[in-house]
Amino acid sequence: MSAETLEKAIEKKPAEALLSKRRKKLVTDPLVDENPITIQVLGICSALAVTTQMKPTLVMAISVIFVVAMSNFVISVMRNTIPSRVRIIVQLAVVATLVTLVSEVLKAFAYDMYKELSVFVGLIITNCIVMGRLEAFALGNKPYDSVLDGLGSALGYSWIILAVAFFRELWGSGSVFGIPVFDTISGIFGPDFKLATNGLMVSPVGAFIILGLIIWVQRTKTGYVEH
Amino acid sequence: MQQSNAYIITFSVILTVVLGLLLSGTAQLLGPRQQEAIALDKKKQILGAVISGDEIAAMSPQEVNDYYGSHIGATVVDINGKEVTEQGGVAVSAENVDVAKNYKKPAEERLYPVFIYHEEGDASAVKSYILPLYGAGLWDAIWGYLALDTDMNTVGGVTFAHAGETPGLGARITTPEVQARYQGKEIFDDSGELIGVQMQKGEGKDYSSEPHKIDGMSGATITGTGVNNMVKNYLSHYKAYIESKKSSSAVAAL
Repeated sequence: MSAETLEKAIEKKPAEALLSKRRKKLVTDPLVDENPITIQVLGICSALAVTTQMKPTLVMAISVIFVVAMSNFVISVMRNTIPSRVRIIVQLAVVATLVTLVSEVLKAFAYDMYKELSVFVGLIITNCIVMGRLEAFALGNKPYDSVLDGLGSALGYSWIILAVAFFRELWGSGSVFGIPVFDTISGIFGPDFKLATNGLMVSPVGAFIILGLIIWVQRTKTGYVEH
Repeated sequence: MQQSNAYIITFSVILTVVLGLLLSGTAQLLGPRQQEAIALDKKKQILGAVISGDEIAAMSPQEVNDYYGSHIGATVVDINGKEVTEQGGVAVSAENVDVAKNYKKPAEERLYPVFIYHEEGDASAVKSYILPLYGAGLWDAIWGYLALDTDMNTVGGVTFAHAGETPGLGARITTPEVQARYQGKEIFDDSGELIGVQMQKGEGKDYSSEPHKIDGMSGATITGTGVNNMVKNYLSHYKAYIESKKSSSAVAAL
């Protein structure tokens, strides 16, 4: 395997800095240039579903960061022992275990959140970002690099869903993190001044629109073209 | 070597055992905390039928437990409205009655818990009776609590929960917006027939002058029908209990 020979070549060199340029790129690339949602268009399902409010979105983002980084780490540690014929099942088993752990912890310590997110925490298993990173990176790279790669992808996912949630909650419910913003603004300008919320933002359609706008702005800036 | 069948099978077995142990260990470790969280959630749901969701959200778990302890009394009745204190030699308490499990039994054999909302610390000053509900929505079970005022006819409030209704459509039964529609509605018609509260098809109409109808949920008619059936069906099992309370409150009024 070419990945293995390449790895051996790297091993002979003096130890790489903990956050060398190459490693920094592993984390920063997926934030904008290789963003899993806006460029690769992965993980859209949960991006649409959980983003009506900031709080559940934040919990979802943290869960995804944990699952992606940890599964990348575990698979990378085992990468030389995993029989290639069953590797997808092995990846699934590891991811499913991690997701169940997250779900159990939420159930014990944040039951309301668990009820709100229930299905979508379970659906992290099917989030294409997780399996995508395992196949594309963790199977052929060392654990530490894999963790960085996982962190990068998950953070790229997180900031997008948080951005979507911010606008959806602000325009749909007039609040941010449950703190009423619209009411406060109305209060400053007197009782006659009312900011209307938009019901469309609360429905999944609102997420499509916001996401589309974010992708549009981003691609205008980076000049990225689909090919 | 690594691709041999024996290796693959050994690898899979070891992986399964390790992951299995990890998961069952976690479940064991977190089990008690989860039970606590579930019990607390049940109390919140019960209280949700009589006080607003915002108020409950502002309470700490300890405050919820305290409030529940000082305001909620409970009893268990059978289909004839008779109080049940033990079943098969085991003492029953309303909190431990699993409505979902009872739902599988024939209606005559079920236990029917009643939660009594009263003035703080005074169990005789009843404000309302909170009755559990259980039924089927579109995809899975739905359940909830309905608070009846002391006239045993007017709905003081409801809470609903569901296992798997469609988010944004049927799942809206958990929102305060939908639940508030039940307040002040009546479950008996003028002739004393139990007809419950019927959620209508379509949304955005005004039913404020109709005591038995409420606005529906657009796109969730089947869930709405499920809720209607649940309310009527489950209340009908409490009929004997409701009648007994009705007559006793009528006597008290004289």
